[in-house]
Amino acid sequence: MSADLIPVSQKQALTKKDFQSDQDVRWCPGCGDYAILAQVQKLMPELGIPRHDIVFISGIGCSSRFPYYMNTYGMHSIHGRAPAFATGLKASRPELSVWVVTGDGDGLSIGGNHMIHTLRRNVDLKILLFNNRIYGLTKGQYSPTSELGKKTKSTPYGSVDAPFSPAQLALGAGSTFVARSVDVEPPHLLSTLRAAATHKGSAFVEIYQNCNVFNDGAYSYMTEKAVKADAQLVLEPGKPLVFGKAKDKAIRMNAKLQPEVFTLGKDGDLSQAIVHDPTNETLAWMLAHLAPPHFPTPIGVFRSVERPAYDALMNDQEKDVLAKKGKGDLQKLLNAGETWVVK
Amino acid sequence: MESTAQKTLGDDSHLRVVPPTVEELDTVTVRFCGDSGDGMQLTGTEFTKSTAILGNDLATFPDYPAEIRAPAGTLPGVSGFQIQFSSHDIYTPGDAPDVLVAMNPAALKTNLPDLLPGGILVVNTGAFNETNLQKAGYAKNPIDDEQLQAKYRLFKVDITKLTELSLEGSGLGSKEIARSKNMFALGMMCWMYGRPMDNIIDGLRQKFTKKPEIAEANVQVLKAGFNYGETTEAFSHKYEVKPARLAPGKYRNVTGNQAAALGFVTAAARSGVRLFLGSYPITPASDILHELSSYKNYGVMTFQAEDEIAGIASAIGASFGGSLALTTSSGPGVALKTEAMGLALMLELPLVICNVQRGGPSTGLPTKTEQADLLQAVYGRNGESPIPVLASSTPGDCFEAAYEAFRIAVKYMTPVLYLTDGYLANGSEPWLIPDPAKLPPITVKYRTDPEGFHAYQRDPKTLARPWVIPGTPGMEHRVGGLEKDSLTGNVSYDPQNHEKMIRTRAEKVARVADEIPPTQIFGEPSGDVLVLGWGGTYGALHQAVESLQKRGKKVSQVHLRWLNPLPKDLGEVIRRFQTVLVPELNLGQLSKILRSTYLVDCVTLNKIQGKPFKVAEIVAKVNELLERPRA
Ligand code: SF4
Repeated sequence: MSADLIPVSQKQALTKKDFQSDQDVRWCPGCGDYAILAQVQKLMPELGIPRHDIVFISGIGCSSRFPYYMNTYGMHSIHGRAPAFATGLKASRPELSVWVVTGDGDGLSIGGNHMIHTLRRNVDLKILLFNNRIYGLTKGQYSPTSELGKKTKSTPYGSVDAPFSPAQLALGAGSTFVARSVDVEPPHLLSTLRAAATHKGSAFVEIYQNCNVFNDGAYSYMTEKAVKADAQLVLEPGKPLVFGKAKDKAIRMNAKLQPEVFTLGKDGDLSQAIVHDPTNETLAWMLAHLAPPHFPTPIGVFRSVERPAYDALMNDQEKDVLAKKGKGDLQKLLNAGETWVVK
Repeated sequence: MESTAQKTLGDDSHLRVVPPTVEELDTVTVRFCGDSGDGMQLTGTEFTKSTAILGNDLATFPDYPAEIRAPAGTLPGVSGFQIQFSSHDIYTPGDAPDVLVAMNPAALKTNLPDLLPGGILVVNTGAFNETNLQKAGYAKNPIDDEQLQAKYRLFKVDITKLTELSLEGSGLGSKEIARSKNMFALGMMCWMYGRPMDNIIDGLRQKFTKKPEIAEANVQVLKAGFNYGETTEAFSHKYEVKPARLAPGKYRNVTGNQAAALGFVTAAARSGVRLFLGSYPITPASDILHELSSYKNYGVMTFQAEDEIAGIASAIGASFGGSLALTTSSGPGVALKTEAMGLALMLELPLVICNVQRGGPSTGLPTKTEQADLLQAVYGRNGESPIPVLASSTPGDCFEAAYEAFRIAVKYMTPVLYLTDGYLANGSEPWLIPDPAKLPPITVKYRTDPEGFHAYQRDPKTLARPWVIPGTPGMEHRVGGLEKDSLTGNVSYDPQNHEKMIRTRAEKVARVADEIPPTQIFGEPSGDVLVLGWGGTYGALHQAVESLQKRGKKVSQVHLRWLNPLPKDLGEVIRRFQTVLVPELNLGQLSKILRSTYLVDCVTLNKIQGKPFKVAEIVAKVNELLERPRA
């Protein structure tokens, strides 16, 4: 049953509570995952999709316990492979709403290959990547998003492993929807998830998530009350790239085609500020490269463009072949090629 | 009896005055060999088609290098195609060829040792030039060797030149002309064994619809080869092999991979459920992916995944969604899939994993056959992780085995590992086209009643859990790889529950034995030697046992369809024989399982050369066992 076929009354009947499963949530107290779970459960009733048409699929890691807590269909699969399980399910059951929950280790290290190919194909999956820049479940080793020099159990002298940016990777893989949000910004997270949910095709959402046990404060540089207005650049379609406590800072391109921060009213005026447009490919690339110390961290939707979804193309092709060739006749198939009769 | 290109078309001194003697034969084995660029596989398959239509029983064995194009003229670049055809039932492509067609020195060098003494040797003298001789490592031209001439019936034909002559003025380039010389060889063999060429000609025209000039050139050369036999006195004999008395019915020729693909489609059609294949290209399994990819209007969805793991993972995802899920691969790819197989057995979802075995370990011998993945199939996963394992025994049998794999997977809600091998996959035989309505049904029933539903509540007989698919209202539930509660399926770390689940999963797979019919014994139910095998060795073992029985030996054969679980009566059957011989194309994997299961000794016969057994090797081993003094 597709979402459109649900009677309005039923749509309204569901609440956040309906999406809470009977299982005790078992993340560490204070873990950022709780906040993400709460926002996802809050979003679900809004979508008007009945619970039984929703599936959450995860890999292995702290974040991957997620499906157990959602009162929908769910699968806790194997390490790194959730996008592949989800692809098989979505391709064969395109009417389902399929969500992938993964982490920086699961989705970008062991499962990096599946991630890039899923995004490249544009499978209609909503992919939530909880980025805590650490391996939590295995008790604290550095991950592919941990910063250089990071001291962890497996890097007592500091990591010499260069990290990559999930948003850049997703853009590079051709994802049609790339966004970033933060566990401690509930309204922003909710609106970002909403945008992802309504996108047709792969929607990749990186969620900065605090692991208070093994990597506490990984994002405090941009989440602390005192700094956040200056450290966050909230992307809003159609709005200029303005930030700062006094909303007095903006981003423009200089003569060398490099982004630069300038002060409004002092170094220039609002007309010079770049206006955000998630359909602008070049802009998305530029935004994905903005990072401290010289720039604020962008959050919001980097790119949102339309491209046919893989699962839809697959099913359309099947329909095309059916229309052209008609429903296959098994007897004919078995008797195909050169045959002869023995009497 | 010599004929070379010096005898051009203008010189009719060699033209036939005396008609050839026609000799009737029971069975013939022909091998075409040449450079991998010489089109030997096409030559072989076309000859096979024509032989099939004549109603001979047949079996084929294509043997080609792993390299797509090894350097031309070299020994590693040699490609061959062997066919045995007969007026009676045969089970193998033949131990050794009676007829060898060698297109170049390298092909002669690698294949001549197999030719039976007195056999017919047709050599393309045009390719025996200095460079090619050197590449093959011949100091002297071997065909001038008197010993060789004495040992075989040698026919020197300058196929290269004759092909050129027949295409003179065709306007084709020298490359295209050179490429059609395989058709000359094919034409000669069609003449020699009285094979019709109409269907070959139709096939060529179809194959080259876009290049009609190439099609016509091929046809012309084919006919030239045939006429060469007909009009010149190059060959004094023609041979006739009468149709075999096969069981009545309609036949076609199939390779194992084709038959397996048809079996999978049939499973989808019979169950009324979509087939989903998640796969990654690998030799020698890719043909199943190719075949199934073209069956989109038969309820088949194929997904070429980014890797082997995604292949099986996508299939499990589709199975969760209610499809008949399949993943196909070969040894190294199956190794990559093992973790996901473990998940499938925890989730207790139906899934078929098809392993078209090849020579291992590691990358091994990709284009050669072996049976060395049996232990991997039965035991190769972490934890206590039983999976039913079955194997097919002939190319045509791949159809039934593939179908059976799905029947069991669905009935018992379990992954099933289906083993075939490179020999079956590429080999072909006449196949009595089955009536799908006569196959046992595959009944798919998704549970939709939420009343009293528990995800791991089991059918008391099969121990299968219910198949509940997303989209079913009121039955939302979560599954996963963590140990689960024996009823609800929720995560459980309870020690007693874990042991209960381990034992239950094992018991469920053990109960598949209820599906296995009583063991069929070919021959007497007791005796001196039982030849016990599995998989693609069936043909060689059967032919060997049949010939031993004809000589009055007390030898019987059992060939296993199911390797896990084993048939319930197998232990008892084994004990009725003095000796059990287990021939395998590995170091003794089934024998290991048999010894540990039944505490019986088995004599092993192992061959690990990337090649199938020869009938003679089995016969020799059994004779040795029969002659050894009794303790
Ligand atoms: S280890 Fe870190 S990420 Fe994992 S549950 Fe605990 S706080 Fe959360």
